[in-house]
Amino acid sequence: MPVTSPVIEVSGASVMIGGRPVLRAIDLQVGAGDFLALMGANGSGKSTLVRAMVGLRPLAGGAVSLFGTPLGDFKEWHRVGFVPQRPGAAAGVPASVWEVVASGRLTRRRLLRPLGRADRAAITDALEVVGLADRAQDGVATLSGGQQQRVLIARALAGEPELFFLDEPTAGVDLPNQHALADALAQLRGRGATIVLVAHELGPLAPLVGRSVVMRDGRIVHDGRPLADHEVHDPRFADAHTHHHHRHDQPRGDHAPHVAAPLGLRPEEH
Amino acid sequence: MSDLIDLFQHQFMQRALIAAVITGLAAPAVGTYLVQRRLALMGDGIGHVAVTGVAIGLLTGTSPTWTAVVVAILGAIVIELIRERGAAGGDVALALLFYGGLAGGVLLTGIGGQATAALQGFLFGSITTVAVADLLAVLVLATVIVVVGVGLAPQLFAVAQDQEFAQVAGLNVRFYNMLVATLAAVSVTVAMRTVGLLLVSALMVVPVAASQQLTRSFRTTLAAAMAIGAVVSLSGVVVSAYASFSATVATGPTIVILALACFLVTWPVGSLMRRRRRLAEPFPVEEVDDHHVLCEQHVHEHGPECGHLAVEHGDHVDYVHDGHRHAVHVEAGSKHYDEH
Repeated sequence: MPVTSPVIEVSGASVMIGGRPVLRAIDLQVGAGDFLALMGANGSGKSTLVRAMVGLRPLAGGAVSLFGTPLGDFKEWHRVGFVPQRPGAAAGVPASVWEVVASGRLTRRRLLRPLGRADRAAITDALEVVGLADRAQDGVATLSGGQQQRVLIARALAGEPELFFLDEPTAGVDLPNQHALADALAQLRGRGATIVLVAHELGPLAPLVGRSVVMRDGRIVHDGRPLADHEVHDPRFADAHTHHHHRHDQPRGDHAPHVAAPLGLRPEEH
Repeated sequence: MSDLIDLFQHQFMQRALIAAVITGLAAPAVGTYLVQRRLALMGDGIGHVAVTGVAIGLLTGTSPTWTAVVVAILGAIVIELIRERGAAGGDVALALLFYGGLAGGVLLTGIGGQATAALQGFLFGSITTVAVADLLAVLVLATVIVVVGVGLAPQLFAVAQDQEFAQVAGLNVRFYNMLVATLAAVSVTVAMRTVGLLLVSALMVVPVAASQQLTRSFRTTLAAAMAIGAVVSLSGVVVSAYASFSATVATGPTIVILALACFLVTWPVGSLMRRRRRLAEPFPVEEVDDHHVLCEQHVHEHGPECGHLAVEHGDHVDYVHDGHRHAVHVEAGSKHYDEH
């Protein structure tokens, strides 16, 4: 049996933001067809890891390869679909749902060529997968937040990629829309796509996940069987600073504002 | 009226008309991308920087059009770099550049011994003094802007809509950002002769603001903005020429006022359209079994002609009035209304 290289290979990767190490010595391999959930508390580095994997964050050390090619030399962006973390899909000028989804097709279009038949078919298919085919001509700004999130997923889908990165697609999305999202992702998984999903909570996506990676303070603390939402917040994975003893039982004394940091110089906590 | 026709027999007026139309087409073509990025005032900033370019042209005796193009492009690239760095004080840095450009321009003009009146024509436009060489330059530059702005629309749209997505899609985001900045600088200098550097931004932004009141897609917004720009520029020249028989009417401000008038017309129409669309949005169909609530006795018979707002609700229609949603319910041969 031939040894196939993993779809994503992260080895010893670290990322610095503003001089502070945010990701440290990350090793991760994702195989073809994996459905991986990257979980963890706010600020644990899960979004940063995804952004490093698609080249939006430069590495301070280590290496990332996609489809066996180091990120610096990687050119086959049509194989990758990215759904960034966004409050919405709207910008300063109106745009129709169709137009936003069509921009996902740019990974496969040549300069100055009009949309071909294959392009239109892929855009229509992407809209059908997320259940918004009937809204194609509407302005994105008129859609609800959850529907806009589905538009962004359709945009990534339109390029017909094999590998998906989704950064918190369920954040601030109501339950019916989360179910619609889950249906769309189930279809993608059925087509054999590799999916890396950043999520704070999985909700209706939980049954799809084949592997959970939990991050804490810039490191991977769990990599393996899928975890339920409550397990992620298990003390073993909890915030690095909880072993410090805060004294919650004592009253604060007064409600006057605490001027602990004149000139913005914060003393070390604890 | 025949006076007006006589006036347009003059070559300088014909040149003015041609310059106005192509400027009106080109400026909103770039302006749409600036508005999409929420950088509506960038054109204004570049216009200020271009004042220095004009002054350098006046000082050195070279064509102010070309010195303005060069300085405006440099200014636009610096603005773009500042924006890209994403510094929190980015808008302050931009302000420094704007006022530096304006002050520098006025100073240099004075040093060159030129009266500020020479600068005046560039600040507020002087379309009737467009020479043949200027007209050719404007034609060439405006054509480049329109071809690039429309031809690369899918790429420019994607980058302006969502920069991070565009980068992961393999587009050279930096190149396209610089391209838009350069196009903006070029259109500033193109529009300089028509509406003047201080009003340039209006011709880039106001047609977009007017057209987006009525449009739902980017493509129609772009096309409508270009059409509005061309129409107001053309009619601005004609109106100001006609009015010039009785008063001194500057062309640039006339064009801008006409563009604003377009906005004043489309805005109420647009908000009315949006309101009607929102009211007609079907009510969500949900499985609620307490729908069967008999409403109060009703002498009024609801129907297509009754004048109450009829909104789709699943397989039937609700009539909206006085905070109620009434649906017809026929039971045992008698008809009443349910509160939905």
